[in-house]
Amino acid sequence: MVDFYQHITANKVKSYVLLVLFLFVVILLGGVLGEAFWGSFEFGIIFAFIFGVVYSLVGWFSGQSMIASVSKAKRIEKKDDPYLWNTVEGLSIAAGIPMPKVYMIEEESMNAFATGRDPGHSLVCVTSGLRKRMNRQELEGVLAHELAHIKNYDIRIMMLTTVLIGVVTLLSDFMLRSFLWGGGRRRSDSGNAGAILVVVALVLAILAPIIAQLMRLAISRKREYLADANGALLTRYPPGLANALRKIRDDHDTLVDSANKATAHLYIENPMRKAKGAVNHLFSTHPDIDDRIKRLEAM
Amino acid sequence: MVDATIIIIVVAVVVALYLILVYNGLIRIKNRVENAWAQIDVQLRRRYDLIPNLVSTVKGYAKHEKELLTQVTRERSNLVGGASMAKKAAASDAITGALKSLFAVAENYPDLKANQNFMQLQEELSGTESKIAYARQFYNDQVMLFNTKLQVFPTNVFGRMLGFSDKEMFETKGAARENVKVEF
Repeated sequence: MVDFYQHITANKVKSYVLLVLFLFVVILLGGVLGEAFWGSFEFGIIFAFIFGVVYSLVGWFSGQSMIASVSKAKRIEKKDDPYLWNTVEGLSIAAGIPMPKVYMIEEESMNAFATGRDPGHSLVCVTSGLRKRMNRQELEGVLAHELAHIKNYDIRIMMLTTVLIGVVTLLSDFMLRSFLWGGGRRRSDSGNAGAILVVVALVLAILAPIIAQLMRLAISRKREYLADANGALLTRYPPGLANALRKIRDDHDTLVDSANKATAHLYIENPMRKAKGAVNHLFSTHPDIDDRIKRLEAM
Repeated sequence: MVDATIIIIVVAVVVALYLILVYNGLIRIKNRVENAWAQIDVQLRRRYDLIPNLVSTVKGYAKHEKELLTQVTRERSNLVGGASMAKKAAASDAITGALKSLFAVAENYPDLKANQNFMQLQEELSGTESKIAYARQFYNDQVMLFNTKLQVFPTNVFGRMLGFSDKEMFETKGAARENVKVEF
């Protein structure tokens, strides 16, 4: 129990540290860019500060909706799926938290995630493939794991990581792609805008590995083991989640089309194609699934 | 003389602070226990409300299952109102058993099984049943936390002085715990 409350406190502290760090980096970048392009360090800082605060507030209050919408998840009501609804409601009672909103992604592969800022403002999302192919105990196991993330405040730090840090990887990917594909055209309209883009793209490229490392620091893998254990405590039936994980492992297809580098760590199992290379290895935020099964079976 | 006074004051303040801490800690868990109990009550009430619909739906199809229906109806009244916790627990368990038999028996009535209303009720009732089980699990966990806190040293010395007493678990005692007989 002590460990559990320490974990929650640690998550809250980490979340605030992340917010402060984010503001600090944004202000610094703003100052540098302001100096470089408008010759005014102060202007850059003020602009960046306003932008950073507004973006943090938006991320804090609507991060979960942002994540739901980039994941193409649709909110469902009780009448859409009474059984899923009842299971989430029952497990919330068991966990002693308010019932989260329920979302579904139309997707054949099996995966699930939860997000939000606290248990009172959270959502749990499953793919329709998972809903269809898991039996009662397995579905309960997966949902209990997600509710444990909610109860532990893992969702807060994970949501902020996605919204504040992960988004940089998206921007970097996007810029790099437009730089590579539209490079020739862009370079020809030799204006200030082109130069800015090149510099920003370069800065992001340099930042990317650091950001990946930051994300890994924020999302320790311990979190998954703890959610497995706390989830099993809710259902009082560890084999449920163990069987679900085994099914997910043997299916090979946990890929979710709408998932990306920023949201991948939210899912119960990696939704991205396993790519090779050092940078991608840094993103391996999911602990070994066999190890998780083994631990559940030992409970 | 002045030194002694200061020491006495410091000790008094420390003891008072400690008592406040103990008191607040106990109140916090006690409220959690009561809130957990309210959750069980909500689900029992839900079940209470659903049963008449089920009875009237089943009646139309399965005339031979009168006994099961009577049993469910009889126990139903104990789910809500001023009944003691043990009585509610016993009634809840008895209904769980009776409903299980009823849904098993329903397999023999294809028309009933295919009835849309019946299917909805079945999902709703089994959903409510697992919610009762979860609420009960949460409640009993909280009660155990509370009672343990109240029983360990040194809280046990002050806890009772401050007017706290052990909470009752939501469980079936004695005879009612026997398995419900299912006849085929």
